[in-house]
Amino acid sequence: MDWSPLLISLATSLAATAVTLVAGLAAAAWRQNRAGAGAALIDGIFILPLVLPPTVVGFLLLLLFGRNGPLGQLLLQFGATVVFSWPATVIAATVVSFPLMYITARAALEQVDPYLLQAARTLGASEARIFREVALPLAWPGVLAGTILSFARALGEFGATLMLAGNIPGKTATIPIAIYFAVEANEIQRALAWCAVDVGISMALLGGLYYWSHAQRLRRESWGQR
Amino acid sequence: MTLEVQIEKRLADFTLDVAFLATEAPLSILGASGAGKSMLLRCIAGLERPGRGRITLNDRILFDSAQHLGIPARERRIGMLFQHYALFPHRTVSQNIAFGLHHLPRDEQSARTAAMVSRTHLAGLEQRYPRELSGGEQQRTALARALAIQPEALLLDEPLSALDTHLRGQVEAQLQETFATYRRPALLVTHNMEEAYRLGEQLLVLAFGRVVAFGPKEEIFHRPPSSEVARLTGCKNISRAQLNPDGTLQALDWSCRLRLAQMPATPLNFIGIRAHHIDFPEDSGEATDQPNIFPCWIVRTSETPFRITLFLSLDPTRAAAGESHLQAEVFKEKWERFRGRPQPWRVRLAPESLFAMAD
Repeated sequence: MDWSPLLISLATSLAATAVTLVAGLAAAAWRQNRAGAGAALIDGIFILPLVLPPTVVGFLLLLLFGRNGPLGQLLLQFGATVVFSWPATVIAATVVSFPLMYITARAALEQVDPYLLQAARTLGASEARIFREVALPLAWPGVLAGTILSFARALGEFGATLMLAGNIPGKTATIPIAIYFAVEANEIQRALAWCAVDVGISMALLGGLYYWSHAQRLRRESWGQR
Repeated sequence: MTLEVQIEKRLADFTLDVAFLATEAPLSILGASGAGKSMLLRCIAGLERPGRGRITLNDRILFDSAQHLGIPARERRIGMLFQHYALFPHRTVSQNIAFGLHHLPRDEQSARTAAMVSRTHLAGLEQRYPRELSGGEQQRTALARALAIQPEALLLDEPLSALDTHLRGQVEAQLQETFATYRRPALLVTHNMEEAYRLGEQLLVLAFGRVVAFGPKEEIFHRPPSSEVARLTGCKNISRAQLNPDGTLQALDWSCRLRLAQMPATPLNFIGIRAHHIDFPEDSGEATDQPNIFPCWIVRTSETPFRITLFLSLDPTRAAAGESHLQAEVFKEKWERFRGRPQPWRVRLAPESLFAMAD
């Protein structure tokens, strides 16, 4: 059996989650203390990939990164094409998983008592240090939950990936894509095997999340009484 | 060491419009909830931006709307205490105290932290997390954390109001100790007039964003400049008043004619007396020639552990209707001697205890 879909899926999801974590946190931190129509509009744009059908997202990405798209043209000047390559799977997975990271990180940061941030300000701390040493440690449980959700979403990504990266075995064929084409080719056994792998990974993720949140609760309580 | 504040800020229901100068003497800012007290402190600390005005601390301009100048909170070097402590829950007591010492070398950080720990009597608790501390210990940690940066001014926003009564005394003692040595501008916001009196030397009374009294606390409590200040400083008995041609005073709400110790210079529209200054002369034989003694009827009473509040009326028909218009406060011992006597009793509103107010 060809294991490449597993490796591609894991590599894609890990890369997408890493990008999404940094970008989602940055966007959530930026959005804090901002209000108004402009911020709300940007909010909408950030969350759009969550509500749009993945095929629409994929098609828009294709227009953006295609040969005649603005980003595609730009990359072409550096001799790079993205469409139908492995980075395309990462781009697709990042875009669809970003909203989950953004929403959870924002909610987690908003949960942090604003008086703590104000106290830190009166104590002379810079905004960057306040984010690093006060907001982030306190929001971390939520941020990590968002990371796991994003990873799971990236792992399950199908529609946008197919539109932007296609089905190139050993290069862009992730597990969901492998399953689709196995079913189409009537290779039911292979499809079932990949389904089993997917279920296994998802269960492990959920188990990890459960175990971790339990450990977190213990740690939180230890701030209370050791 | 001076803090000069002159600011205006539009709030939801009124405009905060305040000007005062604070020196080394601790200043209590008293006002009802929502009078703009906290907002005032937050503007000084740099957590909120006033609409207009100027704030200077010693020679530094912290805010000046004319110059479009606003120093950010982190550069103001002003220590602030919050009602709910605002300690970092993921940091221990010493880590909390050391938070503002980030720029110093390690050994100096720990030396200063240790000094603050002993100054605020937190020895033995250094490795605890805030949730393992009592409210009093938490507020003392917050005080240590604020003082550690050697702030040029100290702002305390209702620091005692979240504490139980027995812990409150403990933290209050700590604050008194701190104020005694701090000798830089220290502003304490509170809605508790006794706290304001005990902790401050100067007093500023705020109502709907305006300064209605500012000066030495004794003066303001003894001779409130207005009926509003009298009420805010806990005066329970205020009546509309009118001068009679013969120089006596008609207290319209109390239905009695009063003699004053001296004629007030300002126009007189209100008269007040504090509940504990209302006196009940013991013997009916003597003291009949004293001024301002009236028959009175007790409408109802309300007990606290050591004292009793008597709701009185000087008018038998109003008393019969259950209407009272004077509140007197007496110790229980005195009440025990009185309670059996037939009504009406005799009440004395001593001229030296009465204060007249223009508005």
